[in-house]
Amino acid sequence: MAEIQNYTMNFGPQHPAAHGVLRLVLELDGETIQKADPHVGLLHRGTEKLAESKPFSQSIGYMDRLDYVSMMCNEHGYVLAIEKLLAVTIPLRAQYIRVMFDEITRILNHLMWLGAHGLDIGAMTMFLYCFREREDLMDCYEAVSGTRMHATYYRPGGVYRDLPETMPKYQESKFRSKKEIDRLNSIREGSLLDFIEAFTDKFPGCVDEYETLLTDNRIWKQRTVNIGVVTPDRAMQLGFSGPMLRGSGVEWDLRKKQPYEVYDQVDFDIPVGRNGDCYDRYLVRVEEMRQSNRIIKQCIDWLRANPGPVMIDDHKLVAPNRVEMKDDMESLIHHFKLFTEGYCVPEGEAYAAVEHPKGEFGVYIISDGANKPYRVKIRAPGFAHISAMSEMVEGHMLADVVAVIGTQDIVFGEVDR
Amino acid sequence: MTDRYETFAARIDERFGEQMARVPSSCGELTFVVDKEDLIEVATALRNEGEFGFEMLMDVCGVDYLNYGSDEWTTSSATGTGFSRGVEREPVILDEADEFDPQRFAVVYHLLSLQHNLRLRLRVYAGSSNPPIVKSVVDIWNGANWFEREVFDLFGILFQGHPDLRRILTDYGFIGHPFRKDFPLIGNVEVSYDVEKGRVAYQPVSIEPRTLVPRVIRDDNRYSADLKDVQDG
Repeated sequence: MAEIQNYTMNFGPQHPAAHGVLRLVLELDGETIQKADPHVGLLHRGTEKLAESKPFSQSIGYMDRLDYVSMMCNEHGYVLAIEKLLAVTIPLRAQYIRVMFDEITRILNHLMWLGAHGLDIGAMTMFLYCFREREDLMDCYEAVSGTRMHATYYRPGGVYRDLPETMPKYQESKFRSKKEIDRLNSIREGSLLDFIEAFTDKFPGCVDEYETLLTDNRIWKQRTVNIGVVTPDRAMQLGFSGPMLRGSGVEWDLRKKQPYEVYDQVDFDIPVGRNGDCYDRYLVRVEEMRQSNRIIKQCIDWLRANPGPVMIDDHKLVAPNRVEMKDDMESLIHHFKLFTEGYCVPEGEAYAAVEHPKGEFGVYIISDGANKPYRVKIRAPGFAHISAMSEMVEGHMLADVVAVIGTQDIVFGEVDR
Repeated sequence: MTDRYETFAARIDERFGEQMARVPSSCGELTFVVDKEDLIEVATALRNEGEFGFEMLMDVCGVDYLNYGSDEWTTSSATGTGFSRGVEREPVILDEADEFDPQRFAVVYHLLSLQHNLRLRLRVYAGSSNPPIVKSVVDIWNGANWFEREVFDLFGILFQGHPDLRRILTDYGFIGHPFRKDFPLIGNVEVSYDVEKGRVAYQPVSIEPRTLVPRVIRDDNRYSADLKDVQDG
């Protein structure tokens, strides 16, 4: 009989289930995986080096493009690190706005994850359902920052502007009937907060819909239960964070344990898994969406009752407004200095971590007192997760690789940076 | 928070003494410099001993301190001619130097203890050898594997005892270590499709480097140490 050798297969970088540009070199024995060697870096743009060549405030836009499905959370890590170095405390209202948009971002991210993960392992409908709700949240991004994805909304010292009183509306066109436009605009009549509130009222029902489709679904369970099991000890050893760590049963959430902004003022629970398999991580993320919805509701109530400034009043850091600039020499000088040279940040180093939808997103900044950071290091949660790919898929079938990529919630913008 | 960190720092001082030297921090974070010979011993103790219990390594970060504290514009006195936007460029220092400044390359480890809810930062200088070498902590925290590969790729720091030290983020066959401060931002080579060869080929970069905003260090009295003492005391 001929000797049978292991078979090496190339997965990606153009595979639709590779979530971007992942190249996996798989060593197979029949259809069983012996070893996986992920090749990353195909999307490496040198964000950290670029950030070192620009004034502090000009790199916020790069942060959006790291994990491009949870934009504002990336910005949050970066501006928190700068604020830590500058030792500024931002107004309470700005903190609530940040928390609210962090949670909106978490829902955005988890919806994208649920849709793509479902699609990868055979649940087409999920994708359509999830993108329906994502659309509404994208509108919130647009209303507040003018862009649907790369917002650059968080700034050192607060957020760029207060929540708008009106929502952008759909306009009549030959592709949409008057009746359709009226239906779409009916929830856009009030302010942004009204719009978000309407969303939070309907969203738990949407999550119920997703769960009806998946949670007890026989195929879904066959594809996820006991796939990619990680024990709590291994999860800690491997540097997992976020839902990957909680799915394994470790109760750890930075929002509770090391609260930043006003997370200690809002009420929410941390879901924790039991078996550490793909199914548990699915349950954790779905519950996180419900909890995020709860947090958003509390933020809306607070924001309605407490108007106030959303930026600190220090023109050494924050540009003065346009109207002031027209008749105030001092403001004009501040504006000019800020947009040519930027501001110098005192010498020191700071590591700021936020509970990003994917895990712990940390930004480590070393400043030597210049107007540009000396070194910026981005600790991307996905990087630690994908490094454990080989261990998670070993002994599984080829088709389970896709389930594991999905459950790790990989986005190459942040893995490659 | 700060009190907890202070008592914790005292415990570290008691246990490790000279091995861990504390670096002052303005943002209430704990940073210690560890000699590279002591790294494995200190790291093992920090992970395994119950009173420290740093079971997670969150991040490994390489730093190149070559230009630390230097600016591109001298702003101490006014000039008669004004400042030019162009910045004079130093010739690229090649990697072939026999020795580096021992304080040039450093590896920074961010540790996290879940049971005590504490963070700790270790900085290890990689020494003067070319290439710089640090011992690998993969055996202590398995998650360090890819982080160390990344530091090797971007800074050219070797990790002794690492099971699989390959490049990770840069292109297959890349030359140089791009995050070193003497590596130009625009890179050394660019790629384009070569019709004659029928494949993608490398050639030297054709664009000019330019600085849009010069790097400036200004004395800001708000952050000056002397003034802080006056305000506090």
